[in-house]
Amino acid sequence: MSRSKKILLVVAVLLALVGAARLNSQSYAAEDKFLVGWIYIGHVGDAGWTYAHDLGRQYVEQQLPWVESIYVEAVPETSDAERMMTELARKGCKIIFATSFGYMDYVQNVARRFPNVLFEHCSGFKTADNAATYFGRIYEPRYLSGIVAGSMTKSNVIGYVAAFPIPEVVRGINAFTLGVRSVNPNAKVKVVWTNTWYDPATEKEAAKAALDAGADVIAQHQDTPAPMQAAAERGKLGVSYNSVMTQFAPDTIVTGPIWNWGPYYVERIKAAKEGTWKTGDYWGGMADGIVDLAPFGPMVPENVKKLVEAKKADIVAGKFHPFTGPINDNTGKLRVPEGTIMTDAELLSFDWFVEGVEGTLPN
Amino acid sequence: MKLVFEKRDPVPMSYRVVSPVLAVLLAFLLGTVFLTASGFSPMKVYAAMFSGAFGDWYGISETIVTAIPLMLCGLAVALSAKMLLWNVGAEGQFHMGAWGAAAVALSMPDAPAWQVLPLMVLAGVAAGAAWALLAAVPRAFVGVSETITTLMLNYVAIYWIEYLVHGPWRDPKSLNFPLSAPFSDAARLPMFGYTRIHWGLIFAIVAAIAIDLALGRTKWGYEVKIIGESPRAARYAGMSIERNIIITMAISGALAGLAGMAEVSAIAGRMTRQLSPGYGYSAIIVAWLGKLNPYGVLLVSILFGGLLVGGYSAQFLGVSAASVNMLQGLMLFCVLATEALGRYKVRLVPTGAKGASQGGHGEGEAEANG
Repeated sequence: MSRSKKILLVVAVLLALVGAARLNSQSYAAEDKFLVGWIYIGHVGDAGWTYAHDLGRQYVEQQLPWVESIYVEAVPETSDAERMMTELARKGCKIIFATSFGYMDYVQNVARRFPNVLFEHCSGFKTADNAATYFGRIYEPRYLSGIVAGSMTKSNVIGYVAAFPIPEVVRGINAFTLGVRSVNPNAKVKVVWTNTWYDPATEKEAAKAALDAGADVIAQHQDTPAPMQAAAERGKLGVSYNSVMTQFAPDTIVTGPIWNWGPYYVERIKAAKEGTWKTGDYWGGMADGIVDLAPFGPMVPENVKKLVEAKKADIVAGKFHPFTGPINDNTGKLRVPEGTIMTDAELLSFDWFVEGVEGTLPN
Repeated sequence: MKLVFEKRDPVPMSYRVVSPVLAVLLAFLLGTVFLTASGFSPMKVYAAMFSGAFGDWYGISETIVTAIPLMLCGLAVALSAKMLLWNVGAEGQFHMGAWGAAAVALSMPDAPAWQVLPLMVLAGVAAGAAWALLAAVPRAFVGVSETITTLMLNYVAIYWIEYLVHGPWRDPKSLNFPLSAPFSDAARLPMFGYTRIHWGLIFAIVAAIAIDLALGRTKWGYEVKIIGESPRAARYAGMSIERNIIITMAISGALAGLAGMAEVSAIAGRMTRQLSPGYGYSAIIVAWLGKLNPYGVLLVSILFGGLLVGGYSAQFLGVSAASVNMLQGLMLFCVLATEALGRYKVRLVPTGAKGASQGGHGEGEAEANG
């Protein structure tokens, strides 16, 4: 029985401290501030996906002095996610941004319980009256980064370190490959799956595997700069992702698709405050500025820069769509006829690779 | 001078009471140094952690929600450890249990709750047990270390789930995302009131009582204890060690499988690739801190759940997730260290003195049963 006494004692100590805790757990937000919450899958210091969202949050704080923001990081897509969104709502957040796909069902659960709180779920597909989804057409800058990679590869093998075989990632690989092949029809893109969004060691190993297989450019759909560092160690080139990663491998990174969440966040928070917020599924592109291309590295030749800038202008002007037929799949079968543009529905459920991709997809 | 460790046997009552308090205080002290150095007010951080976990009914309910899988997996680990079997495969058995339950739920989308839920429990328990048996059979008959096999089987189970949600189980309505179809409402384990506390809590409490009774009052329980204390004596007394390994590991796997069933049915409501943030691994610490006692496991699970839940609350003060993990690790380390050191008396002895090596020898054997 001494064991239970011991445990009781621990509980007693804890309860005493709880008492102390209650004294200073008053309401969270300063009066007259508009509280906004973010829930992140990774660490704000990941230099990638979560970092880009957090830059957006910081942008909000700069632009909207009446906003007070809070965030929780490293929240897995488990039971924990539902609790942390509930906590944010209970703390008085008026609008909550959930920035990982796997939060989807939990967003819906919490949104049902807090009908007066607004929710925004990044990259999902379930909406409600008080829950919208948002995402960006990152495939546009991915296509452009493919042009750079295709122009600069000498071995005609490009490695692509990718997280999971989900439509978002497959779409990115395909857009990138179409960009590569638009300037270099002989180049191949080798996909290496890591089965993780965030794991610097695994990401690096995957990049090394691609380099060992002859790649001289590494692209990535991962949350950290680790694949870029692997390319740097071998003196090869890299196409980064998420944020401007130049500082991690200045002589390696040619460019890379980046996220620019800030303006969208500002717009939605303003709408929430003014009562004009409406649910919906936002999917903006380069024309909106939510996605863009990182600055070119010093090794990129002028003619390549010019080519990319011209294509970018066409995309922004709506004159060019990367997924315009003819497009063959990687078995050589024609999937998109000449002149046809793939629909958003097709893009959102992409489950096949375009010609030029070497890799496997589960089915 | 030389440090000497002498075993205390039995550990004095006073120490048993004082040691957890000391452990917590020591953890707070070290944490205070760390937090102050990082520029936070330690009292505020501790206060936030405690009020997040135990400060109001919502916090308490969520602490219990987090504790449920820890309880069932902790019981699984503790039971097998009673007979010196190291089941570090609760994570895998948890996933297989979730798989079994999900297979039933997905194949009977129109069945009423009274049909589908018992079948899900049955399938979860059976799948968890079967997964543990994969390690138990080679252990019993050929002596293959169950520590290695149960651990390796975790990865197999997790990749099996990955394969299913990316492949055959992928819901076409989910735009090819790695999710199974959602379960019917009938296949969701009920929750209590407005909380997320679900029937898994009852499963855990019933399991703890059943294990306690079985260990104390049945022939099987008696044999488990004897084998745990001295396999040679047990064999001499004519007990079948092989049979008991199989039975105990099967029950252990069944408990972890039940945890997976409850989590997928009550909390997730569909099969996904991320069901557990590592409950099966945390369960090893839980079982240990609970001294392998079923009720101890229940209580420690709640404290451990509180530590996990409270950790997130510290983030609201700006403490990074990594720092929170460090604090949590620090607390666990202090509790485990005080616990282990409590069994020894530490003395400084002048070198060359006769007693110098007394504490050192002959303790390996006595150690094994903790």
